[in-house]
Amino acid sequence: MEFNQYIDIFIEESNEHLQSMNDSLLKLENEPENIELLNEIFRVSHTLKGMSATMGFEKMSTLTHQMENLLQELRNQNILINTDIIDILFQCFDKLEQYVSNIIEESTEGDIDVTYLTEKLDELVNGKSSTITKEKSTGKEEIIEEHVLKILKEADKKGMKGYKISVEVEESCMLKAARAFIVFNTLEEHSDIIKSNPTTEDIEDEKFDNTFEVFIVTEESIEKIEKELVAISEIQNINIEDLKIDSYDKSKVKKENSIKDKPKNAENLNNTKKNTVKKSKSRKVGKTVRVDIDRLDNLMNLVSELIIIKTRMEEIGENNDKQSMNETTEYLERITTNLHDAVMKVRMVPIERVFNRFPRMVRDLSKELGKDINLKMSGEETEVDRTVIDEIGDPLIHLIRNSIDHGIEKPNERKSIGKESTGTLLLRSYPDGNNVVIEVQDDGSGINIDKVKKKAIENNIITEEQGSQMDDKEVPELLFMPGFSTADKITDVSGRGVGLDVVKSKINSIGGIVEVETKSNEYTKFTIRIPLTLAIIQALLIKLYDEIYAIPLSSIKEITTIKTDNIRKVQNQEVILYRGKTLPLIRLNNVLDIENDSNKEELISVIVKKGEKEAGLIVDELIGQQEIVIKSLGKYLVKVKYLAGATILGNGNISLIIDVNSLF
Amino acid sequence: METNVKVRNQYVIFKLAEENYAIDISMVKTIEKVSGYTRVPNSDKYIKGVINLRGEVIPVIDLKKRLNLGEIKESDNSRVIITCSEDIVVGLLVDSSSEVVYIENSEIDNISNMSEKEEYNYIKGIGKENNRLILIIDLDKILNIEREE
Repeated sequence: MEFNQYIDIFIEESNEHLQSMNDSLLKLENEPENIELLNEIFRVSHTLKGMSATMGFEKMSTLTHQMENLLQELRNQNILINTDIIDILFQCFDKLEQYVSNIIEESTEGDIDVTYLTEKLDELVNGKSSTITKEKSTGKEEIIEEHVLKILKEADKKGMKGYKISVEVEESCMLKAARAFIVFNTLEEHSDIIKSNPTTEDIEDEKFDNTFEVFIVTEESIEKIEKELVAISEIQNINIEDLKIDSYDKSKVKKENSIKDKPKNAENLNNTKKNTVKKSKSRKVGKTVRVDIDRLDNLMNLVSELIIIKTRMEEIGENNDKQSMNETTEYLERITTNLHDAVMKVRMVPIERVFNRFPRMVRDLSKELGKDINLKMSGEETEVDRTVIDEIGDPLIHLIRNSIDHGIEKPNERKSIGKESTGTLLLRSYPDGNNVVIEVQDDGSGINIDKVKKKAIENNIITEEQGSQMDDKEVPELLFMPGFSTADKITDVSGRGVGLDVVKSKINSIGGIVEVETKSNEYTKFTIRIPLTLAIIQALLIKLYDEIYAIPLSSIKEITTIKTDNIRKVQNQEVILYRGKTLPLIRLNNVLDIENDSNKEELISVIVKKGEKEAGLIVDELIGQQEIVIKSLGKYLVKVKYLAGATILGNGNISLIIDVNSLF
Repeated sequence: METNVKVRNQYVIFKLAEENYAIDISMVKTIEKVSGYTRVPNSDKYIKGVINLRGEVIPVIDLKKRLNLGEIKESDNSRVIITCSEDIVVGLLVDSSSEVVYIENSEIDNISNMSEKEEYNYIKGIGKENNRLILIIDLDKILNIEREE
C-alpha cells in the first residue's frame, strides 16, 4: 500500500516541522510580540495538519487543526498571547511529538489522551468567537468530516464543486464489489474521490448493503458524470446531492455527533488489546539520512572511476605488465580512500539533530526546579555518523539533567556566594582529528570530592585505604561506577542511582570515552569523545601464537621492545620503568587465553593509551599496519570481554579487534 | 477445504550422534559447509568460533557441546545451519544435515513431562515422521539460556 511508501518521508518531515515549531515556540516565549513567529508556527501546524490528514492520522490532524484555530485567533489578535497559551502550545507540541514517536514505533498514532488539551483549546477559541458550539469536541466521525470539509473548501477555491453521490446497486446483483469498483473507476476518471461511506476497504470486501455513498470534487459538469454512472449495468439508482460547504458544515456535523460515542468505545477496547501486542510490532520504520546531492554526485564519480580501473586491470592482466600494475594499484588505492571518505560523508549528519531538543528540555527543567539557566550551544554544525546520532542523545540528556539538577545552584544560593544568579550551561561540540568532542559544562557547585569518596566507600565501590590514596583527579571517575549517586535526595530529574555508569557504557559501546573535570564552586565539565566513523579504521595487526588480532591505531602510542630482566612486580602487577614512568604491562596471551611460549629475553610491547593512562601490551609478533573494516560480532556475542568486533582479512580469515579501553 | 484442516510445518532435519533433530525451517537462512573458524577468547565453551560468511561475521555454536552430548568431530558431512531468530544470526554446527520434511502439528508430542534429561531442556517436542522420531529443538532456549546465566 501507499502508506508504507510514504511513512518514512512523513516521519522525517514531521520531525523537521516539529523541530522548527519547537524553535519558534521557544523564541515566542521570549518575544511574544513577534507576529512573524506566530505565522511560522501557524504555517508549520498547517503543514502538519495536511500531512497527517493525508496519511490518515486523524488524531494528529484534529489536534493540529485546533491549534490552528487558536493560532489564527492569536494572529488576528482576537486573543492576546500569554504564558498560559504558550504552555498550552508546548503541551500540544509534546502530544504531537508523542504521536509521531508512536507512529515510528507502531505505525499508528496510538492512544494519547488529548481531551484536556482540546477542551482547553476550544475554550480559548470559543471565549472569543461564539459561532462554534460546544458540540464541536473531538470524535471519530467528526474528524473525517472536518478533513473532508477542508478538502471541499480548498476545492471550492479552485473552482471545483463537491457532490455526494449515493449509489444503489440492484438487489439481484451478484458481484456488488465489482460493480462498486466500476463506479469508483468511472468517478476517478472525472473527479477526485475524497471519501466514501462505508470505506473503500469495506466496499472492496463487499461489506455493504445495497447502497454506498461517495464524496467527490470535480471540475466537470455533474450531468455528464451522472450519465456515465447510469450507463453502468445493475445499478438501480443514483442520487446526486450538491455539497454546499456552508450548509454542510453545520447540519452534518451536528447530526453525526450522536453516533460519535460508539467508535470511541470501540477504540478503547482496541487500545487495551493493543498494549499487549505492542512489542511484537515495534520498529517497523527504518533509519534514513538526507543527503546533499553534491555528495551523491561525488560518490557516483568515484564509482565510475572504479569501473574504469577494473577495465584497466583486465588489460594489464593480459599484458602482464608489472610497472603499470603497480601504478594501477596505487590509483585504486587512491580511489578506495576517496570512496571511503565519500561514503562516510553521506552518512554524516550535523549534531544539531541531537542538540536542538535541548533548549526546550533546559527550559522545562529550569522552570520545574526553580533555577535560572542560560543554555549556550556551539558547534551544532559538527558532523557525526548517523549511527552515533541515535546513540548519543540519551547520554547527553542524562549529563544535562545532572548539571541542572546537581550542578547549578538555585538563584539565591548563587547570589549568596557571589555568582551571577543565572547559571550557565555550555554545550559545545567540535571535531578533533578523528574524533568528535562534545562538552557539557556548567558553572555550578562542582563535584564535592570528599562526598564522592565517602559515598564510594559507603557503597563498597572502593575500600577506605584505596580512597585515601586517590588524588583529586581520580575521584570524580568514581561517579562512573555502577550503583553510584551522590544526590542526598532522590529527585524526579536525576539521582536514581542508575546514572553515569549507564552514560559511560553507552558511550563506550560506540567506541567513545567520557571524562569528567571539576573545580569546587566553579565548574564541572563532562567531555565525551567519539570516533568520527565506526566503520573503517587504521589498525595494527599483531600475532599471538598462531592467532592474528587487530589493535586500533588510534589508541596506540608507540611500539618498543623491553627486556624481561627489567620487569618488576608491584602488587602482583608487572610493571616496567619506561621514560621515567612506571608502565603497567598486560600480557595479551593471558588475557585472551592463548598458549604462551615465552621465555624470551626481549618482549615486544605495544604501548596503548586511554585518556591519560598508558599500558604496555605484550605481543608475540607484529604484522603491520592495515586499514580494516569493523564488523560487529553480532548480538549473540555482544558481551564477550576485551573484544570490540572483528574484521575480515585479505585472505578471507577473520581477525578479532581488541577493545583497548576494556583492558585498563 | 471443509474437513479437518491439518496444520503442518516444514523442518530441517539434522543429525547429532545418530539421532534425528529438527529445526523449524522459518528460522533457517542457509546451510553451509564451513572450514576455518576463528576462536573467540573468553566466550562460552560451546562457541566454536566465528566464521566469515560472504562478508558477514557469524558466530557458530557446537550444538553437541551446547546440549552436553560431547563434541562434534568435523568431517565431510558436518554442516553449519545458519539460523536467524529475531535479529540474532547464529550458526549451529551439526554432524550432518540433508533433508527437509513436513511434520503435522498433530504428530508432535509435547515433551515437558517426559524426561528430566538435561538435553531435553532445549527440545520443543518430538515429532513422528515415517516411523522416525525427530527431536525438534527450541532455538530460543539454545540461544537464550546462556544470556540468563
